[in-house]
Amino acid sequence: MSTTHELLQEPPLAEHFDDLEQQHLSAQLGMWIFLATEALFFGGLFCAYTVYRRMHWIEFVVASRELNVAAGAINTAVLLTSSLTMALAVRAAKLRERRWLLIYLAITIVFGAVFLGIKAFEWSEDYERGLVPGSLFTFPFRPEFAGFAEIFFLLYFLMTGLHAIHLIIGIALVATVAGFCARHQYVAQGENLVEMTGLYWHFIDVIWVFLYPLLYLIDVHR
Amino acid sequence: MSVAIAPEERMARSYLTDGYNLKSWLLTTDHKRIGLLYMVSITLFFFVGGAAATILRLELMTPKGDLIETADAYNRMFTLHGVVMVWFFLIPSIPAVLGNFLVPVMIGARDMAFPKLNLLSWYIFMAGGIIVLATLIAGGVDTGWTFYVPFSSMFSNTFVVPAAAGVFIVGFSSILTGLNIIVTTHTMRCPGMTWDRLPLFVWAQYATSLIMVLATPVLAITVALLAAERIWGVGIFDPRLGGDPILFQHLFWFYSHPAVYIMILPGFGVVSEIIPCFARRPIFGYKFMAGALLAIAFLGFIVWGHHMFVSGQSMYAGFVFSIISFLVAIPSGIKVFNWTATLYKGSIRFDTPMLYALGFIGLFTIGGLTGLILASLAVDVHVHDTYFVVAHFHYIMVGGMVMAYLGGIHFWWPKLTGRMYSEWWGKLSALIVFFGFNLTFFPQFVLGYLGMPRRVYEYTEDYQILHIMSTLGASILAVGYLLPLSYLILSLWFGKHATGNPWSATGLEWQTTSPPPTHNFEETPVVTEAPYAYDPVVAEAEYRASLAEIEERPRVNHT
Repeated sequence: MSTTHELLQEPPLAEHFDDLEQQHLSAQLGMWIFLATEALFFGGLFCAYTVYRRMHWIEFVVASRELNVAAGAINTAVLLTSSLTMALAVRAAKLRERRWLLIYLAITIVFGAVFLGIKAFEWSEDYERGLVPGSLFTFPFRPEFAGFAEIFFLLYFLMTGLHAIHLIIGIALVATVAGFCARHQYVAQGENLVEMTGLYWHFIDVIWVFLYPLLYLIDVHR
Repeated sequence: MSVAIAPEERMARSYLTDGYNLKSWLLTTDHKRIGLLYMVSITLFFFVGGAAATILRLELMTPKGDLIETADAYNRMFTLHGVVMVWFFLIPSIPAVLGNFLVPVMIGARDMAFPKLNLLSWYIFMAGGIIVLATLIAGGVDTGWTFYVPFSSMFSNTFVVPAAAGVFIVGFSSILTGLNIIVTTHTMRCPGMTWDRLPLFVWAQYATSLIMVLATPVLAITVALLAAERIWGVGIFDPRLGGDPILFQHLFWFYSHPAVYIMILPGFGVVSEIIPCFARRPIFGYKFMAGALLAIAFLGFIVWGHHMFVSGQSMYAGFVFSIISFLVAIPSGIKVFNWTATLYKGSIRFDTPMLYALGFIGLFTIGGLTGLILASLAVDVHVHDTYFVVAHFHYIMVGGMVMAYLGGIHFWWPKLTGRMYSEWWGKLSALIVFFGFNLTFFPQFVLGYLGMPRRVYEYTEDYQILHIMSTLGASILAVGYLLPLSYLILSLWFGKHATGNPWSATGLEWQTTSPPPTHNFEETPVVTEAPYAYDPVVAEAEYRASLAEIEERPRVNHT
């Protein structure tokens, strides 16, 4: 689909910018700052996790063993691969390869959905085993640790839940961008959008890279 | 420096004549119009918060609870005052109104980097504001603006979750404003506007924005956790369920201490513009002034524990937080001394903005020095949670930030609206505000030192005389705030037309017309000299010429 004609096309320039470079730089810097705010948003949870993990180490280990490590590992692989396809989508946008761009974006969405599916399966498993904090919480395995294990599961649900919300937003964004690129004749129209969405997607991925060892692998190294 | 523009041309087109219907305002992406949208909204919130303050002060005139009859009602009232004033007036005041309007103009840009996000931030602000106002109408919250657990999570029977939701939402509006200002400052500067030529106002907005984007997300997750605990009944902070209430205070103050610098740094920026202009002298120590702003923003992130000296945090943590808090005095001292040094051998004029700026320096100094008293561990244990603390932060926030905001509004009013306000009324109300403010809050230092605790509505009769002084001052202060509201609004119809540069000030914003055209400049300006190129010798002649030019202008609009 890529033609010489299309290669000549430039992204659109908003009227308050002087040139494309300025526009691109602004978008990039803005996205990075936004990601910094996101990191601090999750930071509060990471902080709470660190404090409680230090205070209640044994309970956290016991609780962590109830998580499905295999499902978490598969999910990590799925999400890391989605970051690869996202990076390839950004590359395709830069090279103005419209077909590949759409293919990679579609694969990214599929991987994101697979991740959410596995996560939903894990959550339903947790629910059936009485690991959801609140009135339903029963910790039949080691009842003597139930009190602080509940805090572990609370943090687990909050952190993975917040991550899942971000992923759902990410999937919606990728789908919107893919739709935009499919409607427009020239890939250049959406080049910036693809790149910024890619940054967001990688951020979600990086958060998971921290969540997985912190929640699932607390004492696996022993 | 000033560019002569014929009056006919000046009146012909500006950002204000760009459209007159509601849609042209509500769907605008012009940073100047968004600034005005913010101005109208925060003025509304200021008077809501001010009304609550008035009721509190009237109640405190007598030792018995007679105007407000229950402690619960009093709790709700001061929470309303705090929440509205902090999140819906002080934090957006200078950044979202003057910052929005002026940062692009001052750096020679046509707009903010992200105009649509800018408009979105105002809608988010209004959504948060409406939720909070609805909460208040429904019955309010009684936790204080700090939402301390476990009271807020387990015991309070009021609308904590909706209020927290409003605060959560409004946080995103300040994140977006901050993000926009940072990116705009980095990428949108016109040719020649290097970092060391940036007006200090822009530096101040930049430093403030750094705090906004780095601290606000932590508040968001904190109130989200609070809401989760309340709705879900789980123990993140609840000690009975294994949670730690001190963690809430750490997370809360990790945001809220930097946030009190959100409520003062922009004021530094305004004062740094006004002082050189009315002293006709270049700012003393420009690089130190810019560096001090960044230093305060940085130090603001590592002193939060000084709010928690009596909370049960580690004593050694208390030592460290106390020492670092003292360090804040160094950049703050640099600022106060440099403003004062700027005045030296200047050709000083006491116009309305200058009165506010000079008032700011004095009141900020008192507020800052009493801050050092509070940063001392031993003394803080004595005056913690007393009126001493209340007086201290009101000296910073009201004596500092509100004075700076009013000074800035007066200084840039000709630029915002194209009209001059009444100088006589301006000076009068600046003096009333200064006098009323000191009468309101100085007695509170004494009250606090004598042991009057904050957040109580009944007290022993010994304290009454000081409370009466304070209430009297508050009513004078109220007059001082209502006056500008009236004469500034009247000036829109009856004020003289302003020239492009009525104060013969330096800075790019004064080189365009008043009010500026839609994209700020007819041609992209080029900066060739350092900021604040004032000269006290030629000042007088310039100033008289400018006044004479305004005097010749008609009061009514030609068009």
